[in-house]
Amino acid sequence: MKTTSIMIVGVGGQGSLLASKLLGQLLVDEGYDVKVSEVHGMSQRGGSVVTYVRYGDKVYSPIVTEGEADYIISFEKLEAARYAAFLKTDGQMVVNTQEIDPMPVIIGAATYPTDVLGELKAKGLKIDDFDALTPAVEAGSSKAVNIVLMGRFAKYVNIPYERWIAAIEKAVKPKFVEMNKRAFELGYHS
Amino acid sequence: MKKLLIGNQAVAMGLYHGGLGLASSYPGTPSTEITEFLAMNDDIHTEWAPNEKVAMEVAFGASLAGMRSTCAMKHVGLNVAADPLFTLSYTGVNGGLVICVADDPAMHSSQNEQDSRHYAIASKVPMLEPADSAEAYAFAKSAFELSEKYDTPVLLRMCTRIAHSQSIVELGQREEAPVKDYVKNPGKYIMMPGNAKQRHPVVEDRTAALAEMANNCMYNTVEMAQDNEIGIITSGCSYLYVKEVMGDKASILKIGMPHPLPEKLIQDFATKVKKLYVIEELDPVIENYVRSLGIQVTGKELFSPIGEFSQLTIAKAFGLEIPASICADSAVPGRPPMMCAGCPHRGMFYTLAKNKITVLGDIGCYTLGAVPPLSALDSTLCMGASISGLHGFNMARGEEAEGKTVAVIGDSTFMHSGMTGLVNVAYNATNSTVIILDNSITGMTGHQQNPTTGYNIKGDPAAKVDLEALCRALGIGRVRVVDPYDLKACETAIKEELAAKEPSVIISRRPCVLLKSVKAKPALVITPDKCKSCKRCMGLGCPAISMHDGKARIDATLCVGCGVCKQLCAFDAINE
Repeated sequence: MKTTSIMIVGVGGQGSLLASKLLGQLLVDEGYDVKVSEVHGMSQRGGSVVTYVRYGDKVYSPIVTEGEADYIISFEKLEAARYAAFLKTDGQMVVNTQEIDPMPVIIGAATYPTDVLGELKAKGLKIDDFDALTPAVEAGSSKAVNIVLMGRFAKYVNIPYERWIAAIEKAVKPKFVEMNKRAFELGYHS
Repeated sequence: MKKLLIGNQAVAMGLYHGGLGLASSYPGTPSTEITEFLAMNDDIHTEWAPNEKVAMEVAFGASLAGMRSTCAMKHVGLNVAADPLFTLSYTGVNGGLVICVADDPAMHSSQNEQDSRHYAIASKVPMLEPADSAEAYAFAKSAFELSEKYDTPVLLRMCTRIAHSQSIVELGQREEAPVKDYVKNPGKYIMMPGNAKQRHPVVEDRTAALAEMANNCMYNTVEMAQDNEIGIITSGCSYLYVKEVMGDKASILKIGMPHPLPEKLIQDFATKVKKLYVIEELDPVIENYVRSLGIQVTGKELFSPIGEFSQLTIAKAFGLEIPASICADSAVPGRPPMMCAGCPHRGMFYTLAKNKITVLGDIGCYTLGAVPPLSALDSTLCMGASISGLHGFNMARGEEAEGKTVAVIGDSTFMHSGMTGLVNVAYNATNSTVIILDNSITGMTGHQQNPTTGYNIKGDPAAKVDLEALCRALGIGRVRVVDPYDLKACETAIKEELAAKEPSVIISRRPCVLLKSVKAKPALVITPDKCKSCKRCMGLGCPAISMHDGKARIDATLCVGCGVCKQLCAFDAINE
């Protein structure tokens, strides 16, 4: 099997590490060779963060480069645009429509693009955009955006629903399992 | 048991299974998790030391006593610990000693891009370099035996992509290593000239023996391709990128022990291939060695000494096909890291910037005080340089500088190497003003305890340094504490201490807002009718405040109710 490349992009603090932990655990359980590359340290302080997940029969590089991503899961619209060049020509994006102003926008040195996803779609990128924040809040926490997105993304990969739930039970602290299962369900059925 | 582990956890498991008894470290990205994972084992001693030099000396002491020990640090931490390293090479070990050092090519979270392999060469200490988590586990586990067999500390080099990438590891069991006998041996362990002169030849012989061993060991491996057109000598994550692109089409000599390098193995490999490349991140360490053997090789002409590589780097260098993108340009506003909403550093930096104070900075979250709109910093060099630098700056520029220049340093960094600088301020007498940003934790590396927090690595109560008493004991007469959420108090303190004709310390004290023990207050709300769009609150650079339809607005999911912005609003538009 060819290596599949996934990128999880967002803003530091949005919970991309948990999303990649869940995905990594799931893919190991499915019997794949897996590599996950995370970001720690300074970038986590509200900066743009990217995590790479790759799986297949044998995976060498832990990172994904331009034109290689089969899937990009973006926690935020601007970040989807930032990493658009990484998407394969037939790749798929799953995007949370949340907007988080970066500091250059906050201080007025730049403006947040008005129709950033529309422009990408016009260029021919396959984008599945939806509001992940509302279902996250419905599940119990705005922080569950990460798992809502995983639920939405799960529709694109051929892994049964119960396996995802089993991976959530392994990857998440016991007291947050129920909330995250609910968040996943809401994302999956959105 | 197969597990998906980040490289640092694999190192921790390898060390633990290799019979580790003690770990002493100072946190530093990308090395921190090695010690954090070790601390989950209750049958070994783990600790956060105040700095890397102390950590390495603690590990030395344990090794001397017969226990297998380790210390872990980031690349620049090895600069701090270089002093014990170079002479540890001479003393050798009793219990095995492994020094983990993590480089940060591309500077994801560092102030420079130095290549730690130079330390292995300069200190004549063998170095291992894994390429993934499975190797990190195997190399770490084997390193104690290597250390004891050759009577040497062993450096284990990680880099960000190995340290923070997860891959699959087949875990074994812990092998207990009983503490060896301690026998007094002055000739080996007292490094005064007469003894050291006896030890230096031992070090040279040891390096020669290790270099011989390197020709035939588990660390260096050869994979020959069907044809002999291309041969690549590579190491660490570069190996992964080479394999990703070249597959079985190139012959590969993978170096897992970058010092000392295997002369015969390299010469043998070079004769078997038509065109030889060295692909290594950062400096041409392997390449220079290969050239020194009189072998023709292509290296840094094609592969930059700057930043990280990827599979794309390799594909481009060999003129191979590059994956296409629909959307090649992504010209969107940047998203640099910034101080969190409610960060206690913000109030102090706002006040410093407002009063146009020159600020010599240091290493930590508060380096983000340099980012617009605060733009409050003038320099950042290394751990502790804020205070010593301020003294030099004030010496050079005199009274005019003393009245408008400060140093800012975090609590952990002050413990690490700020104290000596402060002694110098008092002893050599400049009227310097030092601000200790005491957020009660080591922040940037992800919340590690330190000697000022009152807790140890396990979270158990520990001796707590009294910063005020310490500063006084170091010779500073004027020491005061302010709450950085109180802008007026900050301004008064800064003005008074800068005006004082003696050295002074301001302790800006409030715990990091991300600490679990810190409870957020309800988010503040801006009443649009009262907001006059003056944008004064925007000057704080708080991620929770932004302008919408000409009015300032607070994001309730981010705001922690610190109230700093409320103090700036002249129109009473910001309220609970």
